Amino acid sequence: MEVKVNKQSRTFNGDPQMPLMWFLRDELGLTGTKFGCGVGLCGACTVHVDGKAVRACAVGMNEVAGKSVTTIEGLSADGNHPVQKAWRAENVPQCGYCQPGQIMQGAALLLENKKPSDEQILAAMSGNICRCGCYQRIFTAIKAAAKEVA
Amino acid sequence: MNVHIRNLEKRMRIENVSRRNMLKGIVSAGGLVVAAQIFPRGAFADENQYNTGAGGMPGGTVWDPHVFVSIAPDGTVTIVTHRSEMGTGSRTSLPMVVADEMEADWAKVKIVQAPGDETKYGNQDTDGSRSIRHFVQPMRACGAATRAMLEKAAALAWACPDTEVRAQNHKVIHVPSGKSLGYGELAAAAAKLPTPRANTLTLKDPSQFRYIGKGKVQITDMRDITMGKAMYAQDIRIDGMKYAVIARPPVVLGKAVKYDADAAMKVPGVVKVVAIAPTPMPAKFAPLGGVAVIANNTWAALRGREALNVQWEDGPNADYDSDKFKQAMADSAHKPGKIERNEGDVDAALAGAKKVIEHEYYIPHGHHATMEPPAATARVANGKAEVWACVQSPGGTRGDVAGLLGIPEADVTVNVTLLGGGFGRKSKCDFALEAAILSKDLGGTPVKVVWTREDDIRHGFYHSVSYQHVTAGLDANNKVVAWRHRSVSPSLMSNFMPDPKRESSLELGLGLIDTPFNVPNLRLETGEAVAKTRIGWFRSVNNIPHAFAMQSMVAELAAELGRDPKDFLLEMIGPARIVDPRSTVTSELWNYGDPWETYPIDTGRLRAVVERAAKEAGWGKKLPKGQGMGIAVQRSFLTYVASVVQVAVDKDGNVSVPRVDTAIDCGFCVNPERVASQIEGAAVMGLSIAKYTNITFKNGRVEQGNFNDYKVLRIGEGAMDVRTHIMPAGINVPSSGVGEPGVPPFAPAFFNAVYAATGKRIRNLPLGEQLSA
Ligand code: FES
Ligand code: FES
Repeated sequence: MEVKVNKQSRTFNGDPQMPLMWFLRDELGLTGTKFGCGVGLCGACTVHVDGKAVRACAVGMNEVAGKSVTTIEGLSADGNHPVQKAWRAENVPQCGYCQPGQIMQGAALLLENKKPSDEQILAAMSGNICRCGCYQRIFTAIKAAAKEVA
Repeated sequence: MNVHIRNLEKRMRIENVSRRNMLKGIVSAGGLVVAAQIFPRGAFADENQYNTGAGGMPGGTVWDPHVFVSIAPDGTVTIVTHRSEMGTGSRTSLPMVVADEMEADWAKVKIVQAPGDETKYGNQDTDGSRSIRHFVQPMRACGAATRAMLEKAAALAWACPDTEVRAQNHKVIHVPSGKSLGYGELAAAAAKLPTPRANTLTLKDPSQFRYIGKGKVQITDMRDITMGKAMYAQDIRIDGMKYAVIARPPVVLGKAVKYDADAAMKVPGVVKVVAIAPTPMPAKFAPLGGVAVIANNTWAALRGREALNVQWEDGPNADYDSDKFKQAMADSAHKPGKIERNEGDVDAALAGAKKVIEHEYYIPHGHHATMEPPAATARVANGKAEVWACVQSPGGTRGDVAGLLGIPEADVTVNVTLLGGGFGRKSKCDFALEAAILSKDLGGTPVKVVWTREDDIRHGFYHSVSYQHVTAGLDANNKVVAWRHRSVSPSLMSNFMPDPKRESSLELGLGLIDTPFNVPNLRLETGEAVAKTRIGWFRSVNNIPHAFAMQSMVAELAAELGRDPKDFLLEMIGPARIVDPRSTVTSELWNYGDPWETYPIDTGRLRAVVERAAKEAGWGKKLPKGQGMGIAVQRSFLTYVASVVQVAVDKDGNVSVPRVDTAIDCGFCVNPERVASQIEGAAVMGLSIAKYTNITFKNGRVEQGNFNDYKVLRIGEGAMDVRTHIMPAGINVPSSGVGEPGVPPFAPAFFNAVYAATGKRIRNLPLGEQLSA
C-alpha cells in the first residue's frame, strides 16, 4: 500500500493493523511523532491526516492507505510555522517530549478555525497531556499564533 | 529527582569512617580522588563563596575548563553539560553560567551532552534539586578560569603585562591600545595553558552579568523540540538495532513459570524470546525479571508479547491490597511509634491541655508517568558496552552496567539522551540494564528496550503511600502547646537494604523532623509499614505527605479557633530565628546532604515567603460564594516556598483553580524564567496529586495501566494562571533547589482553599468525587 508522508510517497507491505505511529517512528525514522500512551489518550503522537489532527498510535496503516500524512518534521520547511514561532516566543517547553504533538494539535486547530475562542482552544487541546505542566504557556502560545494567522 | 542513594550506600559501607570526614570516606570507598576538586571555603578568591554538599557526592565537582570548554578557530565555543536534561533547564542554565563568566557571546555557544563519567565531569546524579545548587559555583569558576586563560594567551601574544588585557564579549582587548583578538584566534594558545589555580580566579561582579539572573536565554533545545528533532531515548536508532518489549512479573518478586515462546516466534518480525532472571530484594535498580520478545520493530515485539501468554507465580507480595494496607497503616499510626524527634513532654502537655484536636491524613501511592516512558538501547560486544538512555544518573548507570556485565567501568559508555520527563523515575536505570542483558544475549546486536505506558505504570518505583496521625493540644489561651505526629510510610530504603519498615532519616528530613513549628512540646514518631512493592523517590518525595498533614492540620486548628489561617500559620512558625533540631532528633537530621552552616532552617525566610504569597494573592479579599483561598508553606531542598491557591467550587462539586500565587526563596536565582516554569509545572503536578493521583494494588498487582485510569491533569482543569514571585537575593545567598520545592505546598494549600470555599475538609487523597457526594 501507498501513503504520502510529508509530501513523499511511501510504500508499506507489513501488518495492515500496524499503527501509523510505528511506521513513522520505526520504519521511516520520523521520531518527532512521539510515543506516549499507544492508545489515543495523550496526544504525543498527533499528526495530520488530510489536514486533520489524528492520533498516529490509534490508526492502523490500512486506514491511512492513499492518504496524506503530515508529521511535525513536515509542518513547515523552515520550522517557522506560526505555532512553532509562538512556542519559542512563549518559552513553552520544559522536557519537550509532548511538544511536537501539542504543536501539531494547535496547528490543526488553526487550520480549521482561525479565530478560536478560549473554550475552543481548551477543548481542542484537552487530548494532549503535558506531564511537565506547560499548559498555561501552551494556551498563551496558541492565542498568539491565532493572532498571527488571523 | 531526589535523594542521593549512591551516596548513602557509600555511607553505609563506610559507617566506621567519621561521617564528618566525608571526603576521606569517599576516597577510601571508591578512590574518587577528584573529590579533591571541590571548593572548600576560601579555595578561590571570592568573598561570597560558600560550602555545599557537592563534595560529598560521588565524583564531587570538577571545574577545569579543559574538561568543559573548547573553542574552535571560528570562535564557536562548545560547553559540555554533564547533568541530564529532563525539563528543568539545567542543560541551558549551567552552560549559561560558564558562558557569562568567560564573557562568551551566547549566540556563539554550542552545548554538548557529557556521557556518564563522574571521574571526569564530577557528579551527574540529576536529582535532589541539586544541579544549580551544587554547580553554580564550579561553573562560575570554570568560566572564570577560561576567561583567565584567554586573557593570558592574549597577553603572551602581545608580550604585554596581564594587567593590560581584558576579556569582553568574545574577544580580549588590549586596553591601552584598543586592539583586540577574538576568542577563536586565541583558542589554540589558550588551550595549551595550564588551568589557573583556584585561588587566582576573579569572578565577575554580579553587576556585570549578561545572562546569569536575567532569564533571557532561550532553552538550548528549543528549535529542535519545536521541529521534532530533539532526541529522547525512545527515539534512538542504531544501525542493525532490534526492538524489545518485556513481559514483567505483575507482582514484585513474582516469576514466570510458563509461557508460549513458539506462539510469540510465529508473529512475523519476532526474532527471539529471552527469559530474564529475577533479582531478589533488595534489588536496587536491577530488573525484576520477565520474558523479553525481540523483533524487527516495536509493533511486532508488542504482538509477540501478547502471544506469550505468560503464567506467573506471584510470590510473597501477592497479598498486597491497598485497602487493607491503609487499615494496617492506620492501626500502626494509632499506636505509639519510634521517637524520631522529641522536645518537651508531649504526653504531659496533651494530658494537661484544655483541648485536644486530632486528625489523620492519607496519601496513596503515586507514579511519575513521565511523558516519555522509560527506554534504552544497548550494544554489548567484544567486552565493551555502549548504552543510549534517558537516565538521570549517567554515572551510576555506568557503574551498574559494568557491574551487571562484570566489565570495568572504563569499558562502558553511557550516552545520555534528552529525558522526556524524569521526576525521579529515571534515576533508576533498570531499563538500561534490561537493554544490556538483551544485547549481550543476542551476541552484540544493539537492542532497544521500549517500555509502553502500561509497563511504566505497572512496573514503577512508586511514590510511597503514607498515613499521618497528628494530635495537637491547646492551652487555656488557645496556644498550641503540644504536637504529636506519627508518620507511617514504607521506606524507599527497602530497595537497598533489608526493609527498615519505617521512614529512614533521609525521608524524615523531608519535612517531618525538620519541622520549624514553634511548639514547646513536640514529638515526631514513625510507625511500622512494610514495603510490598518497589518504593521510589518522586518529585519532592516524603515532603508531599508530611506537608499535606502538617499544613492541613495548621489550617484545621485555625478554623477551630476562628483564626485567620495565614496569621495562625505565621504564629505556628514563630518569630524569625534559626531552628536547629539537630540535638533533639534521635538519629540524624538529614539536611538534603548539604552543610547546616550554609543552609540552616531560617524561619525568617519561611515567614517572608508566606507574607509575600499572601500579599500578591490579595489574601483576605472578599471572594464570591463558592470560592476560597488556602495557604501552605514548606522548606524543602533548602528552598522556601509558599503558595496561595484560589479555588472555585460549583454546586456539583467541581473544583477549578483560577489562580495560584507562589513565592519562592531559592537563594541567588540563576535563571528566573526556568524557575517560573518549574513553579508552574509544580502547580500542575500538585493539582494532579490533589485531584487524581492514585496507584492502588489488588492481589499484589497495580490496578491502573494508562491515562484512562491513572489520571493526570489536562489543560484547562486548573492552575492555568500561576504567578511566580521570586524573592530577591544577592549572589552571597547560597542557591538552593528549584525542581522539587514547588510541589509540597500545593496540595495542602489547595485543600485549605477547598475548605474555605465549602467548609469541607478533605483528609484522604486524592479528591476524586469527595465534593460531589
Ligand atoms: S501515543 Fe498516541 S495518543 Fe498517546
Ligand atoms: S514538556 Fe514535558 S511533557 Fe510536556
